[in-house]
Amino acid sequence: MTRVALITRVVKPALYLAAVVPFAYLALRLGTGSVEGDQVKFLQHVTGDTVLACLLLTLSVTPFRRLTGWNELIRVRRLIGLTAFWYALLHFLSYLVFDQSLSVSEIAADIAKHPWVLLGFSAFLMLLPLAITSTKGWVRRLGGKRWQRLHRLVYLATAAGVVHYFWLVKKDVTDPIYWAVALLVLLALRLVKRPAPGLRPLSLFARGGRSLT
Amino acid sequence: MLIRRAPSIKTSEITDEPLYWGRREFIRTAGSGAAAALLPFDRLPHDLLSRADEDKLTPWEDVTGYNNFYEFGTDKSDPAKHATGFRPRPWKVEVAGEVARPAEYDIDDLLSGFTPEERVYRHRCVEGWSMVVPWLGIPLAKVIDKLQPTGKAKYVEFITLLDPRQMPGQRQRVLDWPYAEGLRMDEARHPLTLLVTGVYGKTLPNQNGSPIRLVMPWKYGFKGGKSIVKFRFAERQPRTTWNLAAPDEYGFYANVNPEVDHPRWSQARERRVGEFFKRKTLMFNGYAEEVASMYAGMDLRRNY
Repeated sequence: MTRVALITRVVKPALYLAAVVPFAYLALRLGTGSVEGDQVKFLQHVTGDTVLACLLLTLSVTPFRRLTGWNELIRVRRLIGLTAFWYALLHFLSYLVFDQSLSVSEIAADIAKHPWVLLGFSAFLMLLPLAITSTKGWVRRLGGKRWQRLHRLVYLATAAGVVHYFWLVKKDVTDPIYWAVALLVLLALRLVKRPAPGLRPLSLFARGGRSLT
Repeated sequence: MLIRRAPSIKTSEITDEPLYWGRREFIRTAGSGAAAALLPFDRLPHDLLSRADEDKLTPWEDVTGYNNFYEFGTDKSDPAKHATGFRPRPWKVEVAGEVARPAEYDIDDLLSGFTPEERVYRHRCVEGWSMVVPWLGIPLAKVIDKLQPTGKAKYVEFITLLDPRQMPGQRQRVLDWPYAEGLRMDEARHPLTLLVTGVYGKTLPNQNGSPIRLVMPWKYGFKGGKSIVKFRFAERQPRTTWNLAAPDEYGFYANVNPEVDHPRWSQARERRVGEFFKRKTLMFNGYAEEVASMYAGMDLRRNY
């Protein structure tokens, strides 16, 4: 199997499947009433964690490609990014409906008053145009350069998401710290210089290089 | 095993009447029901239909499985997981400070002669969730009378056990252990203040603060020290753990007050565990009639 075939026939379907796992888990736990305590908080933590995990995964695609030479992995990035968006939407909706009962005035007051809510809200607003312009048509319409510039918002959105988590915890910031460290590592990897084109990557995965594809 | 339910005090008797009949406004919000209908949760229809002003007992599973007891870990499920090997007997309680006879008591001696009574209380966490719990306990006032504090005693401080071997959460310095809380004497002697020894007609499970904990239903839950090993009667206001950890967020009084927000979140509403939508938080958690006079003339914004 060529690498492209491997990615389109194995990796991508596996990722589609993985993308619904958190949702299935939520439906199962909430549907069977097996969540102890605050069910909405549970829903928000699972969706929030999923968003952060997916965003960090999209940010790791490029470093991973550089490390291994598996450039074809770019084909799965949109799927991961959109998964982040759908869970962010669920997260946001649960806040609007269950926390604020869709009261516009209370939502506005909450966002204005509480920085962590503002940050979460901003992160969602940043993800929104990225999801909309994720199609091939939009890449063409915007042009590669401009599209890429717009999609750099994902760094800001991810950072906002991590800080949003930091500011909401009562005392124990262990989990937010894990996310922050992961984000910093991924950002640091980007500072490592891009290998010159044609240079063979230093990795076991890349054995055989181009001839395989 | 089934749960004995014999509340000697009905919830309706301890609820502020006018507030009791307050109606949830969110049902009127047309969209929420529609949006909620898209989600496949079995508790939801019940929640939408039930009146939010009802005070139904929170199930045993939630009362004993969803706990803030950082001594056993910061996750709500940690206490139930990590407190299984905790030994609430033998248990000594030190009584110190402004008291007739400072001494160390065996807990069974300290509590002998008292019969625990059942009290159904609303329980409001500072984080914005709440429960209704059928506690079993002894009014703290009765125990204080037995201990005979001196005239100088204006406050009582209570300290939780410090034992990182039994309490794995104490191996991390999330808080400044041991956990300390305190009350003004009039609060400590208030008839609602309960020295809890059980819940749902059974001995208090370890994760709920066995063998003894305090419950003041008009205050946020963190005021109620758990697994208490020491009472110290004092002339001056004791330092309290959460207040030391974040003075602008947690005060000494910690009275439930929908009008005074936590700096990071609103306290106007709360989510009753088991429900999806929030309900209005009541002044003093619905116990204003009983306790408000203790704070007459005080600026509750400053004395949060």
